[in-house]
Amino acid sequence: MVRIEFLGPIAKESVEMEATNLKEVANRLSDESEIKEWLQICAVAVNDTLVSSLDTPLKSGDRVSLLPPVCGG
Amino acid sequence: MLELYENALDVPEILSRWYRDEAQNNYGAYLPFVGTVRDEGGIEGLSFDIYEPMLERWFQRWQAQAKREGAVVKMAHSKGDVMVHESSYIAAVFSPKRRVALTLINAFVEEFKASAPIWKYDLKNGARIYAKERSTPIAGSGILGETP
Repeated sequence: MVRIEFLGPIAKESVEMEATNLKEVANRLSDESEIKEWLQICAVAVNDTLVSSLDTPLKSGDRVSLLPPVCGG
Repeated sequence: MLELYENALDVPEILSRWYRDEAQNNYGAYLPFVGTVRDEGGIEGLSFDIYEPMLERWFQRWQAQAKREGAVVKMAHSKGDVMVHESSYIAAVFSPKRRVALTLINAFVEEFKASAPIWKYDLKNGARIYAKERSTPIAGSGILGETP
């Protein structure tokens, strides 16, 4: 199982799912209307490191974080 | 050094402490940037969420970069609510000479705005509203939306 975390303003509790790469996570999340719009604008981190490819492999225990547009300061 | 505080920063305390901490380390330049919440758009204040594990990593990369240039970078930021005319952000560079500090503080603050994992909300009429239109997608955002 991998854990999906929704950071900042995304009003959604973490979820767990079976997935071997990020593409499978994307497919599962695209079915959920409440977060579909966030998928277009969020960065993605696996275990707190930003990733840039849907081919990124996942293993059990990994944490996938969705980071919406930022504005510190 | 990365310092996170609940609510507004005590700016005089932080600036003077950093000054004292580095006073004997032979830096010729101390260049702080202080961000203060402005009274605009009818807001009562701003509010911040921080994802601390990734902010720590982000900051460590900048510390390493500053060290390569013989400089030190420090940062303080607020969590939670910060009201109008209070301050939520301090970044500072100490360097042997001014040019490194002037260049580094600019690059640091710009990259901070574009990629530090912090989310800002307007406090208005008792509500906490995500400042989406003023926010910047982190480089590489949107990959999860690429599926057919």
